[in-house]
Amino acid sequence: MIIEPRPSVSILRAGLAPVWAILFAMALCAVLIAWAGGSVLTAYGLLFKGAFGSAFAINETLTRSIPLIFTGLAASIAFRAKFYNIGAEGQLYAGALAATFFGTGLVTLPPFLMIPFLVIMGALAGGLLLLVPVLLKTKLKVDEVVTTLLLNFIVLLVVGYLIEGPWKDPMSLGWPQAASIIDEGVLPPLLAKGRLHAGLILALAMAVLMWVMIRFTVQGYEIRAVGNNAKAAEFSGIKVNRTVIMTAMISGGLAGMAGVSETAGLKGYLTLDLSPGFGYTGIAVAMLAQLNPLAVVPAAIFLSAVYVGSDAMSRAINIPTYIADVLVGVSVLAVLCSVMFSQYKVRLRA
Amino acid sequence: MHPVLEFRGVTKRFGTLTANDAVSLTLDKGEVLALLGENGAGKTTLMNILFGHYQADEGEILVDGNVLEPGSTQAAITAGVGVVHQHFTLAGNLTVLENTTLGTESLWSWRQDNKGAREKLVSLAESYGLAVDPDAQVSDLSIGEQQRVEILKALYRDARILILDEPTAVLTPQEAERLFATLKSVSQSGLAVIFISHKLHEIMAISDRVAVLRRGALVGTVATGETDSAKLAELMVGQVVKRPELVPLDAGKPILELGGVSTPGDGATSLHDVSLTIHAHEIVGIAGVAGNGQGRLADVLSGLIGGFSGSVKINGAPLAAGSPRDVVASGVGRIPEDRHARGVVGDMEIWENLASEDLRAPELSRGAVFINKAFGVSRAEQQIQEFDIRCEGPFAETKLLSGGNMQKLILARALSGQPSFILANQPVRGLDEGAIAYVQSQLLNARKRGAAILLISEDLDELMALTDRLAVMSHGRLSEALPTGSRTIAEIGLMMAGQSAEQQVA
Amino acid sequence: MSDLIDILLTAGFWAATIRIVSPLIFGTLGELICERAGVLNLGIEGIMTVGAMSGWMWVYQGGDLWGGVLFAAGMGALFGLLHAIFTVHLGLSQHVTGIGITLFASSLSYFVFRMLLPSATTPPKIVPFQSLSIPRLSDLPWLGEALFSQSALTYLAILCVPAVWYVLFRTPVGLAVRMAGENPVAVEAQGINVLAVRTGAVMVGSAFMAVGGAFITMSWFDAFYFGMINGRGWICVALVIFASWQPGRALLGALLFAGLEALQVRAQQSAGAFIPYQFFLMLPYVMSILAMIFMAHKTKYPQALLVPFRRGERV
Repeated sequence: MIIEPRPSVSILRAGLAPVWAILFAMALCAVLIAWAGGSVLTAYGLLFKGAFGSAFAINETLTRSIPLIFTGLAASIAFRAKFYNIGAEGQLYAGALAATFFGTGLVTLPPFLMIPFLVIMGALAGGLLLLVPVLLKTKLKVDEVVTTLLLNFIVLLVVGYLIEGPWKDPMSLGWPQAASIIDEGVLPPLLAKGRLHAGLILALAMAVLMWVMIRFTVQGYEIRAVGNNAKAAEFSGIKVNRTVIMTAMISGGLAGMAGVSETAGLKGYLTLDLSPGFGYTGIAVAMLAQLNPLAVVPAAIFLSAVYVGSDAMSRAINIPTYIADVLVGVSVLAVLCSVMFSQYKVRLRA
Repeated sequence: MHPVLEFRGVTKRFGTLTANDAVSLTLDKGEVLALLGENGAGKTTLMNILFGHYQADEGEILVDGNVLEPGSTQAAITAGVGVVHQHFTLAGNLTVLENTTLGTESLWSWRQDNKGAREKLVSLAESYGLAVDPDAQVSDLSIGEQQRVEILKALYRDARILILDEPTAVLTPQEAERLFATLKSVSQSGLAVIFISHKLHEIMAISDRVAVLRRGALVGTVATGETDSAKLAELMVGQVVKRPELVPLDAGKPILELGGVSTPGDGATSLHDVSLTIHAHEIVGIAGVAGNGQGRLADVLSGLIGGFSGSVKINGAPLAAGSPRDVVASGVGRIPEDRHARGVVGDMEIWENLASEDLRAPELSRGAVFINKAFGVSRAEQQIQEFDIRCEGPFAETKLLSGGNMQKLILARALSGQPSFILANQPVRGLDEGAIAYVQSQLLNARKRGAAILLISEDLDELMALTDRLAVMSHGRLSEALPTGSRTIAEIGLMMAGQSAEQQVA
Repeated sequence: MSDLIDILLTAGFWAATIRIVSPLIFGTLGELICERAGVLNLGIEGIMTVGAMSGWMWVYQGGDLWGGVLFAAGMGALFGLLHAIFTVHLGLSQHVTGIGITLFASSLSYFVFRMLLPSATTPPKIVPFQSLSIPRLSDLPWLGEALFSQSALTYLAILCVPAVWYVLFRTPVGLAVRMAGENPVAVEAQGINVLAVRTGAVMVGSAFMAVGGAFITMSWFDAFYFGMINGRGWICVALVIFASWQPGRALLGALLFAGLEALQVRAQQSAGAFIPYQFFLMLPYVMSILAMIFMAHKTKYPQALLVPFRRGERV
């Protein structure tokens, strides 16, 4: 087998790559659905209806996509610099911890200051958490994948300790949860009905901001150059370590914002089930978006729809909800493959 | 009686490029055949087909009259083909013995016969004069010793056809002489040898017969005794491409001044008390075997290394050590050693690579935030025209450029700012004759204009032809730079091996 | 402090350490084999989940215990093959593929578990491996309980350490694997198929990982829970670095971590009043990070780790 680059890749071919991947993932899950005894068409019909079939469903799908946009952006930016931050889950909780620490009465400001304050504190917390792995990588060449993964477990245990211990809300009737964010800090709802909140605006703004940064700025140029060829970047005068550290701070910050948005926007208080793995799903979002910040938005909405829709589907025809996780896992692998096939020709003979 | 090896109409295409065009060639027992051709003529491709790394699109290869199974390295080895690749295929963390015995026993046997292997290796090494310690770790060996291990690897597998791909590129002249002696004894014992090179004087010295490849096609096979260098050169290049010549110029004021530069560490790759002055209108060459400190010196002058002692001055002012962008801004043009690894970012567009060194300069980015793309692109368009970079335009992906055009891009970036000092590290390695002539003439133009140029090369011929003065680097120490031609090749070779001039006299 | 020494002196502590070291040994050896061949396998967390689920399910469906171990190993090898197709044959990012395999393998395990046992509220149980007392030796005071009254799978894990060492360092196939991780071109030049060597190593390594997962459900516990691997795979990846890619040191590192875990369970009982249990649970993860920092400058890692090999690639 021999693999060689295509001389030019049309935009259509590149753009279709994630679509092929999604189709492949859905085909594979169709086998599982058939095994579960469901009709594939009915099942996917239910999934679509569950995600987009009513105003309520759309509202819910968009709400769930907010943290995925943040974590998808976090992965996109970091992966661009070949910094494999798999710790968005931990950084999300770090952001939530910051929002809880500052937002439950310690600081009181008018809403137009309080909300930005919490967002910034959450972003700082996420970035600071990632500082450990990124410094270990740049100074000691310790692989960041393992350290960021291990930190996820550590952060979750810290959260568990805090909400069962010192931060436990006395009014929670024994449930392990922290006190509620004060009213000034709550992200306002966007619609009269449903749970959609202002986190969406922030997420969209971040997507545009990241896109502009990657495409039009010196910093974005440097991130791309470092990710593609760090030695050449260094030779041309780019401070490679500084760029990787800056990228990590941005990435951790974005994941931290997801935590603020979930705590101050959706739930109102910190619990241990704040995120059902948004950090990990963010990797799938980023891969489907081919690390393009603008494409992160539709990719996040798509995967959010898969989760929301599969809840409805599994209730209706008794298929385990894990089908959604399978689809996410397969799509990461499938998109790796399909992007490669869009850029390279594979021939079977040398 | 069959020839030992026969190529019959071997053709290999890569996309639109025909790397080998119906090549037919024979090799006899005990013969040394030189395969001559410039870079990109298809020599290595032909050998890779023989060794099973590629499969030919047409044609076949016969060993002792039997067709060789295409695409199988195992079949080639079994048939008695041994290759010493240009880039050694050794694992540095493993021992000589481990490197040699890999693949010689059935993979599924329960133990490795190290005792028998060691005896065979030692006796082979003795009979061919290739002394090497079987238990040494390969990374501890010199380049010359590593090459001996490669030859032993082939002999250990009872090779009857030994192929050496550009074997002298990394050796000192004396090591090359020693290699030639080995090849003579190997061929006298009945092996057939193919010696791949683009250096004419070597080919005249070692071979019995020369086969010349040009753009993938075999353009002639001649007995070495019946030809001379000039005829071979013409066969190799087709029409005669004249490399530019050095016209004498009076040296101007000093531009680069190195005073007692040392870098931390005491290995051969660190610098030890290096001093050198280069003047305007002057090209100074540095000869040496790879890995003797040239890379570190280039890194210091490129601004990549901040930690060194001693002084480096450009136009009288201290070098902005450790900051490539400031070094460039102070009038230094840099051509890196490996254009793919360090020269360009392959996935980025041509205009972006042309802008990489002065990205934060005011004309390219406002407040070092937003890139002024319009300026970058229009400047790139000019440079593409001025330096004749063949491409689809400033937005084409850089990795799609050919080697010569990629080097032109790097030249455009390094020379457009009219630098007063130019660091050229292996600027023509791997290029074809046309591109070599272009790069060299650009360097000579810069010299004429008044630039000071430091040329680092492993190719002594290039250095002898292109430099005003020449210094030799060995174990991180730099000899005095004397006018080129005041030392003989043999003297330079001994200095490359680490002997000082005084030692030679004594 | 004296509490600590008391714990360290009990045979029960050592018996527990040796028992829970088994999955770490299997996982670390598996990762070590993959990385020696030049392939980082971050699918380990998911592959251990697959092993835990499939081995257990085999027995639950009526199969015997050793059949379950073999089945788990086979499933692990299958996911190893998937990882190898992506990283070895297609040359795709080993980091991203590994994470993808983990996401896919663990979610598929949960899906299959729920499919086969849709309404189980309390986790169903199997009869796990029983401890196998070695006659006479197990009667030794103290040592007998710690070393010689373990389950067969534990003995297997410990035997695997010298076996893997022997194969890697004393046989031709081991040399080929190590060379594939050092310089794949050298392997190809000697007429050995690099892609086959790497694929084989990843499959065997993944089978080891899956057996490590199976140990947890078939010998340590007797049921399958969601999230029961709980980062053990990632700890194994850190242990490989800690062990400098040497099987013997991998055993030492695994023992250290297992001891920590056994200690933590016991220390919680005595010190739980003062120190919240979460901090005990944190120890293995914190120690893993510290281990990697500690070894960062000292190791000689395989030169071709993370470097894909493409046959006939024009350089």
